[in-house]
Amino acid sequence: MDQRKKKELEKLAYQLRITGLKMVQGAHSGHIGGAFSLSEIMAVLYFDKMNIRPKEPHWEERDRFVLSKGHATVALYPALAHRGFFPMETLKTFRRLDGELSGHAEMCHVPGVDMSTGSLGQGFSAAVGMAVSGKLSGKNYTTYAVLGDGEIAEGQIWEACMFAAARKLDNLVGILDSNKVQLDGTVKEVLDTGDLQAKFESFGFYVQSVDGHSVEEFADAVDKAKSYLGKPSMIIANTVKGKGVSFMEGNHAWHGKTPDEEQFAQAFEELEAALKEKEA
Amino acid sequence: MAEKIATRHAYGEALAEIGGNQRIVALDADVSTCTMSCMFGEKYPERFFNVGIAEANMTGIAAGMAACGFIPFVHTFAMFCAGRTYDQIRNSIAYPGLNVKLVGTHAGLTVGEDGATHQCLEDLALMRVIPGMTVICPADGNETRAAVRAIAEHEGPVYLRLGRLSVDTVTDRDDYKFEIGKAYTMQEGTDATVIATGCMVQEALKAAEELDKEGIRVRVLDMHTIKPLDEAAVIAAARETGVIVTAEEHNILGGLGGAVAETVSSVCPVPVLRVGTHDTFGHSGNALELLKRYGLTGKEIAEQVKKGIKLK
Repeated sequence: MDQRKKKELEKLAYQLRITGLKMVQGAHSGHIGGAFSLSEIMAVLYFDKMNIRPKEPHWEERDRFVLSKGHATVALYPALAHRGFFPMETLKTFRRLDGELSGHAEMCHVPGVDMSTGSLGQGFSAAVGMAVSGKLSGKNYTTYAVLGDGEIAEGQIWEACMFAAARKLDNLVGILDSNKVQLDGTVKEVLDTGDLQAKFESFGFYVQSVDGHSVEEFADAVDKAKSYLGKPSMIIANTVKGKGVSFMEGNHAWHGKTPDEEQFAQAFEELEAALKEKEA
Repeated sequence: MAEKIATRHAYGEALAEIGGNQRIVALDADVSTCTMSCMFGEKYPERFFNVGIAEANMTGIAAGMAACGFIPFVHTFAMFCAGRTYDQIRNSIAYPGLNVKLVGTHAGLTVGEDGATHQCLEDLALMRVIPGMTVICPADGNETRAAVRAIAEHEGPVYLRLGRLSVDTVTDRDDYKFEIGKAYTMQEGTDATVIATGCMVQEALKAAEELDKEGIRVRVLDMHTIKPLDEAAVIAAARETGVIVTAEEHNILGGLGGAVAETVSSVCPVPVLRVGTHDTFGHSGNALELLKRYGLTGKEIAEQVKKGIKLK
């Protein structure tokens, strides 16, 4: 990746965080922690890797994206708006009765959302269905799915893994947002999921473990996943929940909590400072 | 009496028949030789997916395939479709309004010897309360074939309830026409109406025949579509016959009886008596003996009609 692109994506990740925080501020609710762990991943997918047409959201040849951890709309909706799927102005209606941007990802009213998600464990199966469809119809698109590391306690995820491997769905790229924290505490405390690399490998996946906040490392992993034949891929993205806001980082309290006025101010200040640093 | 066939068998033939439509795909969770989706699988192996014993994943895959333009037919026993994957059906299929056909076979008591864990008596209620879901329960093989063609054409999620037991063919008549959401009048009558669904339609006809001998003229409606309910037919029955008896191989709570009572009570209140299982689980046993034990017979329907007429 050239330095200019790298810098652009790094900046963009912080812009997405700032936009997301504004959404939460406007709605007085929303999931910040598990959205901010995804910002670099969303920047790379939507502004570098995915073959999409924002003005033609249902284009049949497009790459698909499923946010299996459907609560992370504070990461997804800003990416879609910045990419041009809908006006930035629309983000002001997030979680509001008079708008269409529901709290969890919704495909019927939000341009660019390929699958409605929210009930954890279900989105990855839908992504598998999209990958199978691609094979069946001879289309060349890639299906991406973002999973939460708490979400994978759902048994359905592993049902989907077994099927994807058995059917050799090498057009499927799973991305595990391994931010190590879930609603009630750390993943280790709540349900220790053990050796993730070994687990996904034993389920027949081509597994890579990368720094999910390094746009370069993550983009490379996507390239490798796409070119790996015969197996579905899982990229374990090692991330920090609440990344970019010091008091939120790694703290499960910020899974779904809304900051107070003072906390919003501090969070914006830190994110703006980080963005400035990236722009320098 | 015409052919006796289980609705699941007629279903398997019908799906294979329309399988030339390249958009149709079939998914099954290791019970394809029971649900009879195997017949489609043999003919179109490239569009048949046995996902293993993983119903939740099967339902999700179907959602993803429907989002890509395919028409997935999802097969397993009613218990593991409507029951086990209720959340997947609600959130991954119905909420986004995806065009998936959910086929729950081996519904009701007539699964027989396998017993209560496999005798789903709640599926009509569970599927009926999901917004946008169409719920169909055919009376016989003939109606099943017609229903398969209709739901393949219908855009949107559908739950199709099928049985294991062979049933009489009661709809092979010249004037028979299947239309989603439209009751078929099996027999006209003025003293009472029996509204039946699934294998209870044949029992309703037996009841009507017995009652006729006593001079009681009963209208019999085959209510193959539980949702959207043919409210016009229900209200006409209430107005014109003054009492309704419903009959279903299902809990009397929340299914056909519930749907009819809800409609009648708000528009034209008349007595509605419900034949079905009374808020209980099933039991292992011979299918026909089970129907007798739980009161799912023509005899019971006839008794309820007589009781209902007294309430008029």
